Amino acid sequence: MNKDSQGELWEVFVQKKAGQPFVHCGNLHAYDKEMALQNARDLYTRRGEGMSLWIVLSSSIVASSPEDAGSFFEPSNDKIYRHPTFYQIPDGIGHM
Amino acid sequence: METINLEDLFEAKLAKNEMIEPKDWMPENYRKHLIRQISQHAHSEIVGMLPEGNWITRAPSLRAKLILLAKVQDEGGHGLYLYTAAESLGITREEMLDALLTGKAKYSSIFNYPTLSWADVGAIGWLVDGAAIMNQVMLQRSSYGPYSRAMVRICKEESFHQRQGYEIMTQLSFGTSEQKEMAQDALNRWWYPTLMMFGPPDVESPNSENAIKWRIKRETNDQLRQRFINQTAIQVEYLGLVAPDKNLKWNEKKQGYDYSDPDWNEFKSVIKGNGICNKDRLLSRNNSHKNGEWVREAAIAFGKKQEQESKAA
Ligand SMILES: [Fe+2]
Ligand SMILES: [Fe+2]
Repeated sequence: MNKDSQGELWEVFVQKKAGQPFVHCGNLHAYDKEMALQNARDLYTRRGEGMSLWIVLSSSIVASSPEDAGSFFEPSNDKIYRHPTFYQIPDGIGHM
Repeated sequence: METINLEDLFEAKLAKNEMIEPKDWMPENYRKHLIRQISQHAHSEIVGMLPEGNWITRAPSLRAKLILLAKVQDEGGHGLYLYTAAESLGITREEMLDALLTGKAKYSSIFNYPTLSWADVGAIGWLVDGAAIMNQVMLQRSSYGPYSRAMVRICKEESFHQRQGYEIMTQLSFGTSEQKEMAQDALNRWWYPTLMMFGPPDVESPNSENAIKWRIKRETNDQLRQRFINQTAIQVEYLGLVAPDKNLKWNEKKQGYDYSDPDWNEFKSVIKGNGICNKDRLLSRNNSHKNGEWVREAAIAFGKKQEQESKAA
C-alpha cells in the first residue's frame, strides 16, 4: 500500500427486506471493515434501498471464469430428469 | 489464430446486444476508450460538486440547503460508482486521481463556468443535470456491463436533481421582477455551455465513431443535443423566459427545433484550460486532497491496527 492508497476494494451486497436474498450492488474502497460498512451505507442505501448489508473483500471472492463457462456448467445440460416436467404423473391422483 | 476467435466472439456479443464483462476478452482500444470515457465521467461528477458546493452555505432556506446537500452528496456517489467501474478495466484509483490532480485528465467543460447567483443553482439542476440525464439514459444500454449498471443506479438518483433545479427556476421566474431577471441571466449564461456538454458536432467528433461501433454510445452527439433542445424549449417557455438564441424555432418538417450552434472555439478553449474557473477547480481539488492526507494516513494506520488485533484475538 503506498502512502496515497485509497484502501482495499470491497464488494457490497444489499438485502432489501428481511427474508429476501442479498444482491450485489457495487463496490467501494475502505481501509477497514467498519469503514467499509459505513461507506456502503452512505454510498448504496441513501434512499431506503436496503435493511441489511454484507461487505466482502473483493480479493476474497472466488469466481468462475466466463471463458470456461461452457465446459464448467456442461454437466447440468443433459440431465433433464432433474426437472419435474420430465415425469408423467397419472390422472386422478390429485396434486403432486 | 486465437486472437481472431476472441475478437469474433467479442463482435458476436456486441451484435447480439450482450454485455461485455470485466473478465471477458476485449480489444485493447475498446478498453482504452472505456477507461478514458468512464474516468472522465467520474472526474466530472467529482469536479461537478464544486460549482454547486459554492452555494451550500448561502442557500436561501434550510429546505433549499438540505436539498442541495443531498444533491451534491449524490454527485460524490456517482463519482465513486464510476471510479470503480473504470477500475474493473485495470486502472487504479490512484492513477486516475493523479491524472485529475495534475491536470492531465479531462472533465466536462461545463464545470469551468462560475456560479454567480442562486439562480445558477437552479439552472444547473435543470439544464446541466438535464443534459447529463439525457446522456446517461442512453449509457444505461452501454455495452460494458459495469458502466451500464452504474448508469442505471445513477439515473435513478438523478431524477430529483433536474426537478429540484426546475423548482428553483420556477420560484424565481414567477417571483419578483429582480428574481425573474436573475433566472433569465442564469439561462443566458448556461444555455450554450449546456449544449456543449453533448460534445462537438458529429462531423468533427474524433471518438464518436468507435463509441457507436462498440455500442458504448447508442446515439450521436447531435442526436442527443437535438433531443435535449426539443425537450427543453417548452420548459423555457413555461417559465416565461427566453433562450438566448434568436434561431430557436419549431421546424415542422424535421419535427424538431432549429437552433444555433454554441461557439465551438470557446468549447475548445475551455477544454484546453482557458475557461473562467479551470485553475480554480484544479486548485480546489488539489487543496482538499492535500488537506485530507492526514485523514488517509490515520485511516490506513487504524485499518492495520484493526487487522492485527483481529489476528491476535
Ligand atoms: Fe451525477
Ligand atoms: Fe446530478
